[in-house]
Amino acid sequence: MKMSRLRGASLGVLACAMVGALGLSACATTGTSSSTAGTENKGPEPLATGLDYAANRDPYPSTYQPLPRQNSAIVGATVFTGTGQKIENGVVLMADGKVQAVGGADLAVPAGYTVIDARGRWVTPGVIDVHSHLGVYPSPGVQGMSDGNEATNPNTAQVWAEHSVWPQDPGFNTARAGGVTTLHILPGSANLFGGRGVTLRNIPAMSVQGMKLPDAPYSLKMACGENPSRVYGSRNQSPATGMGNVAGYRAAFIAARDYKAKWDKWRDTGKGDPPTRNLQLETLADVLDGKILVENHCYRADEMIVMLDIAKEFGYHVTTFHHAIEAYKIAPLLAREHVCAAMWSGWWGFKMEGLDAVESNAALVDAPEGSCAVIHSDDPQLTQRLNQEAAATLAAGRAAGLNIPEERAVAWFTLNAAKAIGIADQTGSLEAGKRADVVIWSADPFSVYARADQVFVDGGKAFDRFDPAYQPTSDFELGQPGYGLQAATVNEGAR
Amino acid sequence: MRRLMTQSALMGAAVSLTGALALALPLGGAAFAQSTPVAITGGKVLTGTSVIENGTVVIQNGRVVSVGTGPAPSGARVIDATGKTVSPGFIAVDSGLGGSEVSSVQGSNDLASGANTISASFDVSYGLDPWSFTLPVARLGGITRAIVVPNHPGGGGGNHKDDGEDDFAGLGGGGLQSPGLFAGQAAIITLAQGNDILIKPRVAMIAPFGEAGARVAGGARGAEFIQFKETLAEVRLYARNKAAYDRAALRDLSLSRADLEALIPVANGTMPLIVTVHRAADIQQVLRLAKEEGVKVILDGAEEGWLVAADIAAAGVPALINPIDNLPGNFETRAARMENAAALNAAGVTIAIKGNEGSIHRAREMRYNAGNAVSHGLPYAAAIAAMTINPAKIFGEAGQAGELTPGAAADVVVWTGDPLEPLTTATNVFIAGQEQPISSRQFLLRDRYRNGGTQASGMPAAYNPQ
Repeated sequence: MKMSRLRGASLGVLACAMVGALGLSACATTGTSSSTAGTENKGPEPLATGLDYAANRDPYPSTYQPLPRQNSAIVGATVFTGTGQKIENGVVLMADGKVQAVGGADLAVPAGYTVIDARGRWVTPGVIDVHSHLGVYPSPGVQGMSDGNEATNPNTAQVWAEHSVWPQDPGFNTARAGGVTTLHILPGSANLFGGRGVTLRNIPAMSVQGMKLPDAPYSLKMACGENPSRVYGSRNQSPATGMGNVAGYRAAFIAARDYKAKWDKWRDTGKGDPPTRNLQLETLADVLDGKILVENHCYRADEMIVMLDIAKEFGYHVTTFHHAIEAYKIAPLLAREHVCAAMWSGWWGFKMEGLDAVESNAALVDAPEGSCAVIHSDDPQLTQRLNQEAAATLAAGRAAGLNIPEERAVAWFTLNAAKAIGIADQTGSLEAGKRADVVIWSADPFSVYARADQVFVDGGKAFDRFDPAYQPTSDFELGQPGYGLQAATVNEGAR
Repeated sequence: MRRLMTQSALMGAAVSLTGALALALPLGGAAFAQSTPVAITGGKVLTGTSVIENGTVVIQNGRVVSVGTGPAPSGARVIDATGKTVSPGFIAVDSGLGGSEVSSVQGSNDLASGANTISASFDVSYGLDPWSFTLPVARLGGITRAIVVPNHPGGGGGNHKDDGEDDFAGLGGGGLQSPGLFAGQAAIITLAQGNDILIKPRVAMIAPFGEAGARVAGGARGAEFIQFKETLAEVRLYARNKAAYDRAALRDLSLSRADLEALIPVANGTMPLIVTVHRAADIQQVLRLAKEEGVKVILDGAEEGWLVAADIAAAGVPALINPIDNLPGNFETRAARMENAAALNAAGVTIAIKGNEGSIHRAREMRYNAGNAVSHGLPYAAAIAAMTINPAKIFGEAGQAGELTPGAAADVVVWTGDPLEPLTTATNVFIAGQEQPISSRQFLLRDRYRNGGTQASGMPAAYNPQ
């Protein structure tokens, strides 16, 4: 029962794909395109699923299976819910992989639940990193494994990051030890359109399908600024400038509008031949339909403002600006436009568009009503410590006179991060009905000394700092130098 | 007047004298000799070697006068540090502070030279910029001194994937190659506001070993060790026969005269050689080489050091490490662990903790790196030492810096709490007794935009340069 709830949507698609493989074409109507309403009356004969982009938007479906789990109660901890609440001596109930209830000490633990004594510890929702290249830029970062940038054309909207993910990347394991339960894996930023991003559960799996978060929306990675113009300008190719960048975005969306119109017309009238499927344009068409979220690498305030104008010009929405170093300059605008900003605290100065960084960026972006400030990593090291990165910006914000409590700041790497990749209905906070993605920290997570003691993904224990049975290693890590040796005792300093 | 010029330059705009005066105020800090004693009282004092609760630190004329528990001397300016923590200024090692402004702007980077004839003799001290906007940012992280080291031009960048050469499919490794094994010579700087930050030039020589060294020497480690030994032999030959060299009566040598000269103190063991090395096997080879050649080495990187910690300790060789390096970034760091710092320290190795990404823009993160080492087994006192007295010892500044002890330079930082915590901020920074402004270009930007970027008058914030 609980299995079908987690996999429900994908099972239908899977069945459809199997039917298609048998030569039957009964699945086209399962598409969710806005124009499919009329297909029964005057529409064309359905195409094989591989030929109609709307017929099966999920050809590489999730095969994610949650880890073994039992109904549990985490009791006695200081609980940050992710929704701005702080509960001392709290109780978190997890049943069938979902958060069942969160409350104070008076919340009764039902019979038969495993009770986890977390007195003296802290509990947060699972950490979500909205900008990760784990798997596509794995460790070891040698050339043969450098799979993150299809830097062959300014527009590679046709590539999907999931097809580059190496599930054996040891970085997934170190990220999990830092409390990361969900990752949004993006292609790199060499191109105006880098390709599709994918949202993963951070559990070991044989394939990327085994990590895909069911029902998570796809994203399109777009990149502003220096990277595309440097990469292609150095090849004496467009874009070589900021204006070339903008011309490239506009030309692509014009083509996508045209493509979408042709499909809509064919679906509505059934006349003539169907358009030829185009992997690049269909991703952009789905952006225009609102089915794919825009994750836009964009550092400078002026460039973000231009990107918002482009979105209005073509009728799409920017979900999140990533690396938004200058977001603090336009915090009210971002809040008004309901655009999230994903930021670092400490990174700056590595290139010109990173010059105007301030450590308090996320704290300043957080201030306006309706804001969505997110701490992200873009880095296999930093992803292990998003809580500390949030602490640094929190401190900088407080030093600037912003009185932000920790229970609010925790959303920067939990609930706001979930919003930034379109999965806030599933995870990101400790609210009844959401996935039981939970971290038990050894100390206040805004302390440098805090370590994730236990990490739960969908209620299944995925990591336990004190139990080797819950410390997975990737295939790559087996038998490497140092394998099986303990470097030093870790108990002395940890608090 | 000099200070006024500095402020104008900092703002990057011509401002009127009146404006400059107004600007100078919030950045504060007396730029003249401090003769009135300053007493920092009531705080938890980390001296570098011990902890004094409710301590009193007295500084005067640029030096620490006393560290204890007594009352402030009469006439002293008193800084009440009750509830706060007082520490020595941190010493950043393996740093690019003052030598590079924006990493991707080649013209602002004076840390790497690809010249054919200037390898070992390359001297970073000539390229230092006392007005670098990286310095105030690092200072707010409690850093008061830094060891500025050259980068080998073949070493590749330190930036993240989206901003390095990885953008270019099929390429990698930085492209540039220098024929020299050496990156050049390091300098010690102060981060004090002023127009001269150099404390001491040519304090160490830098050479990459492991994969980077192999690449320079022809592609294999075995070539580099031979080339290194051959180079030292030539240096010694040159040193013994300078007159013959000048008469052109010596056989041809592979290095320039400048490089030969620069390497003499390395060959005779008086100038330490900072060896960038990661793999345990490479560390062992370097230790062996140093012993055979009588060269004094400092390990830099040493991610796999914990595997051979006893050997490093027995050799009496210190290590500059980043304790958060825990991923197999390549095949020479497959054994990287968060517990490296703890293991090296436990074995008796003198460690110094580095910042991130070349300790330029992210130098301030060294205190968090130390905190993470503590949460992975390094004793707290050892973590403080690894940012203060250890780097001072490693670079010959013991007693002069990195310690709150009478006679040492008055590099003192007052913190809102534990300096290893990200939630802690510095409230007062003294360098050689001079109080430094708690400000930076980042603070000016923050304050310009915090209220929406528009003044109450409706004029753009650009008209109100704070």
